[in-house]
Amino acid sequence: MKLKLILPLALFVIVMGFLAKGLFLNPREVPSPLIGKPTPIFTAPTLDDASKSFSTADMKGKVWLLNVWASWCAACREEHPLLLEMRQHDLPLYGLAYKDTDAEAKTVLQQMGNPYIITATDASGKIGIDYGVYGVPETYVIDKTGIIRYKQIGPITPAALRDKILPLLKELEK
Amino acid sequence: MIPEIGHFSLILAFLFALIQSTLPFTGLAKNNQTFMNLAVPAARAQSILIAVSFLCLDYAFYSNDFSVLYVASTSNSNLPIIYRLAAIWGGHEGSMLLWVSILAIWTMAVTFFAKELPLRFYSTLIAVMGLVSVGLLMFILFTSNPFERLIPAALDGRDLNPLLQDPGMVFHPPLLYMGYVGFSVAFAFAIAALLDGRLDVTWARWTRPWTTAAWIFLTLGIALGSRWAYYELGWGGWWFWDAVENASFMPWLVGTALIHSLAVTEKRNAFKAWTVLLSICAFSLSLLGTFLVRSGVLTSVHAFASDPSRGMFILLFLAIVIGGALVLFALRAPTVGLGEKFDVVSRESLLLTNNVVLIVATGSVLLGTLYPLLIDAMGMGKISVGPPYFDAVFVAIMAPGIFLMGIGPVARWKKATLPELATKLRWAMAVSLVSALLVPSVLGKLTLMIFVGLLMAFWVMSSVFVALRIRLLASQNSTLLDKLKEITPAFYGMLVAHFGLAVFIFGVTMVKGYESEQDLRMQIGESVNVRGFDFRFDGVKPIRGPNYVAKQGLFYVTNQGAEHATLTPEKRLYPVQGAIMTEASISTGVMRDLYVSLGEELEQGAWSVRIYIKPFVQWIWMGALLMAIGGVLTLVDRRYRPISKKLNVESPGV
Repeated sequence: MKLKLILPLALFVIVMGFLAKGLFLNPREVPSPLIGKPTPIFTAPTLDDASKSFSTADMKGKVWLLNVWASWCAACREEHPLLLEMRQHDLPLYGLAYKDTDAEAKTVLQQMGNPYIITATDASGKIGIDYGVYGVPETYVIDKTGIIRYKQIGPITPAALRDKILPLLKELEK
Repeated sequence: MIPEIGHFSLILAFLFALIQSTLPFTGLAKNNQTFMNLAVPAARAQSILIAVSFLCLDYAFYSNDFSVLYVASTSNSNLPIIYRLAAIWGGHEGSMLLWVSILAIWTMAVTFFAKELPLRFYSTLIAVMGLVSVGLLMFILFTSNPFERLIPAALDGRDLNPLLQDPGMVFHPPLLYMGYVGFSVAFAFAIAALLDGRLDVTWARWTRPWTTAAWIFLTLGIALGSRWAYYELGWGGWWFWDAVENASFMPWLVGTALIHSLAVTEKRNAFKAWTVLLSICAFSLSLLGTFLVRSGVLTSVHAFASDPSRGMFILLFLAIVIGGALVLFALRAPTVGLGEKFDVVSRESLLLTNNVVLIVATGSVLLGTLYPLLIDAMGMGKISVGPPYFDAVFVAIMAPGIFLMGIGPVARWKKATLPELATKLRWAMAVSLVSALLVPSVLGKLTLMIFVGLLMAFWVMSSVFVALRIRLLASQNSTLLDKLKEITPAFYGMLVAHFGLAVFIFGVTMVKGYESEQDLRMQIGESVNVRGFDFRFDGVKPIRGPNYVAKQGLFYVTNQGAEHATLTPEKRLYPVQGAIMTEASISTGVMRDLYVSLGEELEQGAWSVRIYIKPFVQWIWMGALLMAIGGVLTLVDRRYRPISKKLNVESPGV
């Protein structure tokens, strides 16, 4: 059999390989330019007590997760049980109530349980802009030196938690 | 009840498709004529059942049956009746049903003409088409059932995407699919030829009109889609090199190559393996297009819901159909033979070069389309490939092909000489060179792109006349009328199609080179002059359509004081989906289009307004229309009339 007759088949197999891979990628997902960069600094009132404040400066030397959420976001409720489970395993989960009123955010946490060590509030959405949030929920993994190492767009899936977030946390804790 | 009948007949159609696709193969293996004879009745039964199924869905849309999930999600009781019917292909499930319905139409047509071919051959051909049908029916039945019920029924539907509420929606998808799916006939033909190990002139002649017909539909479908984008999207563009546009353009390019290659196979008994490969490629690219659109692996303005399980199914289907065909090709291509020899300078080699150019051009479009995916899949980041790549690469690749297009029709078969060609074409070259310099100097702007574009357009136009003149001189008849009559419709078809391409190139060059574009802020009563036309903005009034409310602007256009046109662009709000649409208002003309669209409302009744002058833009679609007309002319050629017993004895016409 002549080689040139197999050529179309070979090309086709290569294209198919890429197409198969492409099915599991999301063309609309844009990687955050902030990955590998220092986390934007903010100080914001906490949800529990508006007179106290949460600051990124307090987190120096710790590995932590920042989960951006809102009471008006349906996908966040979907994610909520997993967050509670993460909290039970003592993962350092901090929340940011994005474009939300304190009252409504508190109601959600009372009804569904509070997975966060501290929840900061971002009623104006200004912090969200610094973080490049364009859809809630989003979750950032931040290392001891305050560098963003990973960003989950959309709800955290059990697979993302198992395969990406947990191994990364383990590595960063070393 | 009706939707269940539709669903049920789709299941029955699937069973008949199974018979249609398996028993003829068994018959072929065991040399059993009874089994082979089952191909035609099974195919007809399958086609009729699919038609019934389609009509049932049609009825569900017509009667606003919102207990059908698909109807509830793509239609609305306020939607005008014509768009309700077009809404059938407004979503994923219905588009797939349209796909198999059109396959059913082609299959049905094939059953009526197939008997000119030997039984062994046509039963295989129909079986291959049945195989394609089996795959797609499985896809519909298992992943995308359009008849799924919604219980309890919705009070009203979610409406057809307002972008699709346009006459273009009524014709563009069916025409496009007629083209896409039409290539399945050539594909099935190629597979049958490979299995049979023979490919002779008769069969090439049989398959030519089918391929041409599919190509005509595809040409019209693409042109219509482009025109629709031009007036509907409000950006004034006519081609965006969007992934989905490319998906329809690639089969067109390969189909064009196939038409030319089939001509050589029929007339000269050459290019045989090549023709077979092109037949496989044209349909493969149609299937790939379906995959790209339906799986959501690429971003596109044609946003369809993406679903990985559906994508996986189509991918598997592609792997089986295309992979199988290419394996067969690798194994069996030597048996169909390569064909007769020809010289380096001959019409054959010119056509071969044309084929290579078209294939390379297709490759460049394919690469540009898939490149973002390739880079992403290799984890190298996200990029997008835009018009600058396609414009530069595609034009550079096609330009030599266009040059050869002028030479091909006047070159002799088998053996031609360069001096002879140069003599024949020297006037065409001179005329096109002079015109390509003269037109820009009259219009007062000359760039390299304008020069090259015009040169190509005038070159093809003038060489068409040279080709006609040579034919007339060769004729033995005494009067001009008799000489003209002697030339076959197929030859006229070729000339008209080539001329159409020239008209298209002319339109593209003029628009790209000389269009003018103004984005303005206009007060009520204010006038603005663009290229000698005065546009007066007379304000905006609210109007109400059947399922939308709109603000309609009024522009009074005068040309040197004389009344020219009244343009009424609209900004529409479709309340069901809360979508805002821009309806441009266009005054079309042979020489230019005036194009006005409303932007945003500013303070104090002022509006942002976009005014375009598009010189010769209609020539783009007129060119495409001429290409299609050329195709139709070749179809009426007597050689392709069915039931000609002479087919086998007639010597290949030169």
